[in-house]
Amino acid sequence: MLPSTQSQATERQNKDKIRQIVKDHAGLGLALENVSDSTDLYRAGMTSYASVALMIALENEFELEFPDAMLSRSVFESIDSIASAIESLQGV
Amino acid sequence: MSTPVTAIEVPELTASEAFQQALAVAAKHADDVDRTGRFPSEAIDALRSAGAFGWGVPREYGGADAQINALADATLELSRRCAATGMIFAMHQIQIASIVRHQAESTWFRNYLRRVVHERRLIASATSEVGVGGDMRRSIAAIERIPNSPGDLVRFEKKASTISYGAHADDLLTTVRCSPTADPSDQVLILTDFAEMEAEPTGEWDTLGMRGTCSPGFVVRATCPADQILPVPFAVIAAETMVPFSHILWAHVWLGISTEAFGRAQNFVRGQARQNPGTTPPSALRLSELSVRMAEFRALAQGATQEYLSLAQEERRPTLSTIGYAVRINNLKIAASEMTVETCQSALRICGFAGYGNAGPYSVCRHLRDAYSAALMIANDRLHATNAALLLVYREGK
Repeated sequence: MLPSTQSQATERQNKDKIRQIVKDHAGLGLALENVSDSTDLYRAGMTSYASVALMIALENEFELEFPDAMLSRSVFESIDSIASAIESLQGV
Repeated sequence: MSTPVTAIEVPELTASEAFQQALAVAAKHADDVDRTGRFPSEAIDALRSAGAFGWGVPREYGGADAQINALADATLELSRRCAATGMIFAMHQIQIASIVRHQAESTWFRNYLRRVVHERRLIASATSEVGVGGDMRRSIAAIERIPNSPGDLVRFEKKASTISYGAHADDLLTTVRCSPTADPSDQVLILTDFAEMEAEPTGEWDTLGMRGTCSPGFVVRATCPADQILPVPFAVIAAETMVPFSHILWAHVWLGISTEAFGRAQNFVRGQARQNPGTTPPSALRLSELSVRMAEFRALAQGATQEYLSLAQEERRPTLSTIGYAVRINNLKIAASEMTVETCQSALRICGFAGYGNAGPYSVCRHLRDAYSAALMIANDRLHATNAALLLVYREGK
């Protein structure tokens, strides 16, 4: 597999995992099929409590720790932004 | 730590004759305001004459461009004389900062800021609501767009559980959901003129302390152009400005209350010392202990002010939205609200019955009663619950 396709595959895998965690923990007011990768999760009903549960679940799943500078609203506001934060921590 | 250059230096505002006059007026009427539970109209008029309502407005709109350190200083000095006046000044400046920092070049809000300065307008806020259990970050009331209306009109109705000085302000900044179908946390701020809306008080404000803030519940109804909605989500305004500004300026109200109580205790001890020259009265030891607590209190408030000043600059602003900062700014509120009661209680023990009496130069009754409100304004238990959750992911010191 070429390096670029490999990283694309990792990105897709990551996003699928994130999507499942969002489904289980974000407590959204709408069905997950209506949530795109760029949907603002906070506007879709994710409370700050739910976002903490989401962060913990992500740390468990991806076996990483978010540094303080990343524990902010902008990082957890969409599946896209979460994926790029995780990628930067995984060094992909 | 670097601090931004302010257009007008702190002493220029607080040392101005007009502000000193406002301080004297606040001191003169504080006991009557407290006793009768009335609005401190003399002190607020004096602040209006001093142009203090426009201090937080940037220069380009005619204001003084005062930063949070100058506003904190003014809040402390006012609150030493009359905590209700200090709290009203602080709350007004919190609304101003929320508009200034999040108006995003809106024509309507830029014109409004000019009007605040020229018309010396006082802004109140309606962020509480009956039915949300004290959670400022959720609303039931929602903006409803009126289709095909001239000027794109919107309307809302809100049952606010409290609006401080609501019957005495010119304008009201209200949290509402951005549409009738929006999630409770999908909020915006809307600014309306009291003269163009309905506001019915729903109760009385007859309280233990902070009696002059006159903060009963209200039902408010308004119809206005959609331009009067701040163009940034309330979640951002709350994290970057409203919450830190509130906790820092409130902490200075409480520091002002405690500073005055300490001063009265110190005068009492000095009076005892004068009766027995050459001996240090036993109460002096208690005063020394209290001065340690006051030093901690001041350091706490000043540290938070300096941190905010350094983070408020554009490039460091994202830090304000981190969980770490949320934990720290909540800690400030919890600690300051507890310290103000503890220090006023210590002052009371030093002054004894001279402090327990409602009148006289050593009375700390009003201060103690005012201080008890601190733990209730955004209940400390709610902040502890929030921090308890946030600390599950935030690692202190990392």
